[in-house]
Parts: sequence; structure tokens; C-alpha cells
Amino acid sequence: MEIKSSSWVSKAFWVLKKDIRSELRTRYALNALVMFAVVTLTAVSFAVGQFFSSPKLISSLFWIVVFFSSMSGLAQVFIKEEESKTVNLLKLVASNESILLGKLFFNLILLFTLEIIIIPLFLILLGVQVKNPGLFVSVVVLGTIGLVCATTIIAAIVAKAHVKGALFAVLSFPILLPLLVTVIHGTGLALEGSRFSQGWSELKVLISYCVVMGVGSFLLFDFVWRE
Amino acid sequence: MIHLKAKDLTRYFERRRVFKGLHFELKKGDVQVVLGKNGSGKTTLLRILAGILPPSRGKASYKLNGDELRGEKLQRIISLVAPDLNLYDELTALENLEFLSKIQGFNFKEKELIETMSQVGLEDRAGDQVGSFSSGMKQRLKYLNALLKKPLVLLLDEPKANLDDQGISFLEKIVQEQKQRGILIWATSAREEVKYGDQILQLG
Repeated sequence: MEIKSSSWVSKAFWVLKKDIRSELRTRYALNALVMFAVVTLTAVSFAVGQFFSSPKLISSLFWIVVFFSSMSGLAQVFIKEEESKTVNLLKLVASNESILLGKLFFNLILLFTLEIIIIPLFLILLGVQVKNPGLFVSVVVLGTIGLVCATTIIAAIVAKAHVKGALFAVLSFPILLPLLVTVIHGTGLALEGSRFSQGWSELKVLISYCVVMGVGSFLLFDFVWRE
Repeated sequence: MIHLKAKDLTRYFERRRVFKGLHFELKKGDVQVVLGKNGSGKTTLLRILAGILPPSRGKASYKLNGDELRGEKLQRIISLVAPDLNLYDELTALENLEFLSKIQGFNFKEKELIETMSQVGLEDRAGDQVGSFSSGMKQRLKYLNALLKKPLVLLLDEPKANLDDQGISFLEKIVQEQKQRGILIWATSAREEVKYGDQILQLG
């Protein structure tokens, strides 16, 4: 046997690998996310068809689908550990930072996977054309990172509560509101073909949001994770 | 040499006091039985000693050859086996052991892990998901995981739960080995199990 001094980043990798392996077997979160997103998207496309022309309305619709899908799946990352009583085992073998980083990356992969599925569907079903793809991708990537940073720490808080489902959405909404307003506006600009410089203020807000939520999560997690 | 000092350990859950002012010291070779009825705080005490639950007051400190251990260094020497400390049902037995050893920096080869599983008769089930195991098999796998790193401090909560005669013989062997290696704390509600310890701490 060889004993290595492992950094918290490499421990985070093992947490991530374990979560991915576990998710591929159970599809606990992925099914909830994808089913919610696809059903909502299909319902919306049947209801409004391709009559929606306002980029702002289309981008609102897109982020509403992403937000509510996140609410249905991203909290599972901590709730599952609590419900299957593996949380103390994880506390016993890994540092707080590595657990949070591993879970953050897991949720990020989950949400990016969802977006890879729903963005083409969204564009096809609603007949949307993205006139500035660079800005669109930047807003979606930063919006997703911000969404994941905020929801992962909230998931850790909610996992210890009794009424988990309702509490997750209630706690998330006020924290995610500034992010949602910015991504809706930024996505609208990308859809209507605004130049990158016109969307720069939205991108700056999103970068700041990601930094604040990311740093805040690491500072708060110790208090949240310890009983 | 490993040394554990618990000083004024107190724990409240909101306004309910679980225990108050516990003092004890243990060193290599000591086996302490924590005896108490259900709800007396045995599991809470073990969680505090394992470093996964902070005490409301007081401190549990570990010293190895005079140096105080904290964080990752402390995690490396402590193992806990408890009914509420489950393995991952959706992973196989081998994947569980691989994950739990790698995350702690222990680089066991797959062959070594399977060989270790033969100690508890689980080598043929290495590739099966833990969710398909009986509670006794899960308990044996928990012991195996706890012992992989040869812990200097072994904390056992209701250790005989779900074990058959073969499992209990294995457990008795663990007690003897742990006496040579370090400290063993055995929490139980069964009075007849005090025979395993040389010190008794009564809770409740």
C-alpha cells in the first residue's frame, strides 16, 4: 500500500467521480432535470408555437425553464447524501472544501448536460435564431456557473431541513433574482443580435455574481456543513 | 504513541442536554466501553470524538508522539463504524473501498482490495452493488473499510448489530488487534458487552 498526501482538489475529484458514477447508475437528478425541461419546453412550444418574436420574452421563457429544472434536480447532490445516511461517512473522509468543490463541479456538469439537450430543442421548437452566438454562449456559461454556485450552497442548507423541496425554491428565488434578471436581459441582447460591447455590462455583472457566490459558498460551507 | 484527552465534553441539541462535562483520557492499548440506554448520547459522543460533530462545550484532542493532530492528519488515524454511517448502495463493494481509500490518500491496488475482502468472505461479491447486500454483509464491509487504513483510534457504535457468529469472531479479532495498535472505544446499550473493555464510561 502506498500513502499519498492528497490535496483537497484531488479529493474533490474523487467526490466528483463518485457522484458521476452514482448518478449514471440511479439517474436520480438527471431524469428530474431533463424530464422537467423537455416537458415544459414542449408544452410551451405547443401553446405559443413560433408566434413569439420578442427576444426578451423568448429569453425569459428559456431561463424560466432552466431555473425550474434546476430547482427540481440540483438540490439532490446533498439531499441524497442525507437521505441515504452517507453524509457522516463523507464528513469522516473528506475536507469541507473538497466536498463542496466536488459537488459544485457535479452540478455544473449536470446543468451543462441539460443545456446541451434543451438549447437545440428550444431553438428548433420555438424557431429562434441566435444572432450573436458568442454573446449567447458567454451569457449561458456565466449564468450557469452563477446558478450552480448559488444553488449548491442552498442545497447544502436545505438538505438538513424537513421540508426540503419547497424550501429550496423559496431560498433560491431571492438569491437568484439578480442573476435571472441579468441573464434574461443578456440572452435577449444576444438573440436580437446586439454587439458584444453592448452586452458587456451584463457579462460584468455575471462575472461579479459568480465570484461573490463562489467565494461566499466556500466561506459559508463550513458553518452549513457542521451541525 | 497515541493519546486521547476529552475535557469537559458537553453537547446540547437546541435546549436539550445530551451529556455534560465528560472527562476521560485514553492511550494506546486502552479499550473503553461507553455504556448507556437508547438516547443517552453514545452515538453523539462517538461523532464528536470522530470530529464530525462539534461539542457545545469542551474539547476532544488527540496527540501522536506529543504532536496534536487536526484536520486531515486526524482523519487519517480515526475510523468509525456506526449503524447510521452507510456505504454507497449504488456503488459496488470494490468501488466503495476504492473511493474511500483513494480520497484519504491510500493507494490500494484492486487486487489488494479484493484480497482484503476475503477476510470477511466478500471476495466473490466485490463487483456487486452494496444495495444488494444483506445488513450483515454491509456491516462486515463497513468494518473492512474502517480497518483498511489501520486506524490508531477505532470507534465502534453498537458493533455487534447485524453480525452472525462468524462476524462476531471477526469482531473479537479486531478488538485484540486494535489493542496492539491504538485506542478502541466501544459504544453499546448491552451490559454484557462491558467484558470487551478495560474502562467503562456510563452515560445517561
